[in-house]
Amino acid sequence: MLRALTALMLTLSFISTAHAQEGDTPDRSGTGGAQTLEDIMARQNGQEVDNAFRRNATGDPDSAAGIASQLGTLGGASDPELWRALRFGTANITASNNGPAATTLIQDGGMKWLQFREGPLATYGGYLLVGTLGVLAAFLMIRGRITIDGEKTGRKITRFKAVERFGHWLLAGSFILLGVTGLVSLFGRKVLIPAFGHETFAFLAVGSKWVHNNVSWAFMLGLLMIFVMWVIHNLPDRTDFNWLRKGGGIFSDGHPPAKKFNAGQKLIFWSVIVLGTSISVSGLALLFPFEINMFAATFAKLNAFGISGALGLGELRETLAPHEEMQYAQLWHSIVSFVLIAIIFAHIYIGTVGMEGAYDAMGSGEVEEQWAREHHSIWADEELAKAKTPSESATPAE
Amino acid sequence: MKAMLVAFVAIAVIAVGSNLILGEAGFSSQDRATGAAVRLDN
Repeated sequence: MLRALTALMLTLSFISTAHAQEGDTPDRSGTGGAQTLEDIMARQNGQEVDNAFRRNATGDPDSAAGIASQLGTLGGASDPELWRALRFGTANITASNNGPAATTLIQDGGMKWLQFREGPLATYGGYLLVGTLGVLAAFLMIRGRITIDGEKTGRKITRFKAVERFGHWLLAGSFILLGVTGLVSLFGRKVLIPAFGHETFAFLAVGSKWVHNNVSWAFMLGLLMIFVMWVIHNLPDRTDFNWLRKGGGIFSDGHPPAKKFNAGQKLIFWSVIVLGTSISVSGLALLFPFEINMFAATFAKLNAFGISGALGLGELRETLAPHEEMQYAQLWHSIVSFVLIAIIFAHIYIGTVGMEGAYDAMGSGEVEEQWAREHHSIWADEELAKAKTPSESATPAE
Repeated sequence: MKAMLVAFVAIAVIAVGSNLILGEAGFSSQDRATGAAVRLDN
C-alpha cells in the first residue's frame, strides 16, 4: 500500500514538472529553429520532448530551386526533411503491397510498446499469476479442503445438463489452450528462447500461433453458449448480499442460502462474460490486422467525457498509426487476459481440490444431495420439490 | 465426462474448420497484405 502511494506521489510530481516545463518554450535561435543539444540530451535521458517545433519542417516543394540549379533535384526537401516527413507520417507514399499499414514506414510508438510488453506487462503479469497460485496454496493450507459437513445421502441431483457441461468445457478447454499459447507468445523472447534455444521455440511459436488463432472461435462460441444458458441464473438478487456479508461461509461453520449460483459464482460468471468479451473483441482486432481499429475512437470518448483527465492520463491521442492500434489491442488483450487467468485459477481451485463434491457438477453433472443442500440450499429445495411432484409440472394448463 | 470429451473434440473440429474457412475466404495475411504483382507461392 505504502509502495503504491509512493508510486502515485512520484507520478504526480512528474506530471506537475512536465506541466511546468511546457510553459517556457526553449530558445532554439542558436540552431535556426532546429533541435538543440538540450533537446537531444533530453530525449536520450528518456524525457518527453515536444516535437511540434519540427514535426512540420518537411521542406517546401513550392520554393524548390530550378531543376537545373544546385540542389534543384531535391525538389525543395532536404534529406533530413524527407526523413522527418516519413517519421511523422506526413510523407506522400505509394506502396505496391495493399496492406492498410503499407504506407507507414516509420512508427516510433513501436518502441514504447515493445518495452512495455517485455517489461511491466510480462513482469507484473507473471507476478499476478504466480502470486494468485501462492495465495490459493496458502488458502488450502490454512482453510483446508471445504468438505461436505453433513452425512452423505448417496442420492444425486442433476446440477448441469449435458449441453450446459458441453458449453462450459468448450469455453474452459479453449481458454486453457489460449492461455498457455498466449503465455508462450508473450514470454518467448524473454524466457523460452534463453531456456530452450531458437529452434525449439520457433517450432513452439508456430504451433502456438496456429492454436491461438484458430481455437479462439471455440472460446467465443463457448462464451456465447454459457451467457445464453446461465445469464438468467446470474442476475443479482437479495440472497447475494447475505451471501457476500457472510463471506460465502468460507471461514464460518454455516452455509449462507444460495440459489443455483451463489454470489461468488455470479462474480466469476460476470468476470468471464465481461473480460471474455473484451478479450474476444481485442482478439478479433488482432486476428484481422488493421481491420478493426477501436483505440483512437475509445481515446476520443475518454477525452470527451473527461475520464482520461480524471485518471491523470492527460489528453490521450486521438490519431493513431495503424500499427499503434494493433499495439494497444495487443496490450489490452494481454492485460485483461492476465486478470481473467488469475480469476480462473481461483475458479479451478474451488471447483477441484478446494471443495469436496464440487467437481461432480461439471464432471458427471450429478451432485450429492447433501452437497447441494449445503451450498445451494434454495436451488436444492426447488429441485427436490420438483422431483417429488413430477406430475404437476407435466400437467398441461386447463 | 462425456460432455467434456465431446467439447474437447469440438474445439479441435472448430479450430481446423475455421482455419480452412478463413484460408478459403481470402483472410490469410498473404491475401490481405499483398498486391496483384506479388507472387509469394511461386
